[in-house]
Amino acid sequence: MLKAEEAELARRLLGGDEAAFEPFMEHFRRKIFHHTILMCGNREDAEEVAQEAMLKVFGKLDQLHDPEQVRPWVFRIARNECLMKRRKSVFAPQRELSLEEFRPAREEGENGPRIEIADWTDVPGDALLREELRSQIGQAIGELPETYRAVVLMRDVEELTTEETARVLEISTDLVKQRLHRGRLALRKSLDEYLRIAGRG
Amino acid sequence: MAHDHTKCGDVFALLSEYLDVELPPEACEQIREHVEGCAPCVEFAESLKRTVELCKEYEPETMPKPVSAAAKAELMAAWRKTSGRV
Ligand SMILES: [Zn+2]
Repeated sequence: MLKAEEAELARRLLGGDEAAFEPFMEHFRRKIFHHTILMCGNREDAEEVAQEAMLKVFGKLDQLHDPEQVRPWVFRIARNECLMKRRKSVFAPQRELSLEEFRPAREEGENGPRIEIADWTDVPGDALLREELRSQIGQAIGELPETYRAVVLMRDVEELTTEETARVLEISTDLVKQRLHRGRLALRKSLDEYLRIAGRG
Repeated sequence: MAHDHTKCGDVFALLSEYLDVELPPEACEQIREHVEGCAPCVEFAESLKRTVELCKEYEPETMPKPVSAAAKAELMAAWRKTSGRV
């Protein structure tokens, strides 16, 4: 669902339109569930977080002043519920990612330097390969250290802006940018390795 | 080729901001100029761009259980209360 459609549903709900209740509820319940599974890794927790967060969403809906901001607003609530549920060490342990570890190896070729990465040229056109990579990326996101995972999920999966992400996660926009870049580089590297092992490199 | 490959490191460090068009115009222009003449940077930038696209397309396979009648009634009650329609 597009952000504009979400905003429209929110506007209708604020206006008391009962027909907007079900689609709004189903949509955000699913979104929160998916987000929580990627953050907590546990299905039962994700079901509970989705219900608890949706109760708060409906319970505070009169505090949503700008319907256009409904997605970040819901995610702010969902994130707090998720943090309360969080169990440690479900996924990769927390660690800082450095730029250095993702810099591709270089070698001098006849026509200047080249980098040693997989061949990505088929990725846009090959539907089957995209499908494989999409499931691969789910796993790679799960393996990111938590602070990086949270930023990647907000920016690249939920497509919140840098400013919205900073507000939801209560960190600076500079930190959002830094973590996003390193998180993306980690995902890129993981897909790159997959492409090479799959013999596509 | 008189291309300056010492700039590749700057591009690498700023690539996400460049792709997201979040750099100040001047820095953006400098990176564009470099990338246009640099095959390794083009190749790397392309792979990062594809990675971001795949994230945007990502849909988890696991779906939540259908909402129970009780859970739904609870949510509906919460909404009615805030919208003053008890
Ligand atoms: Zn370069």
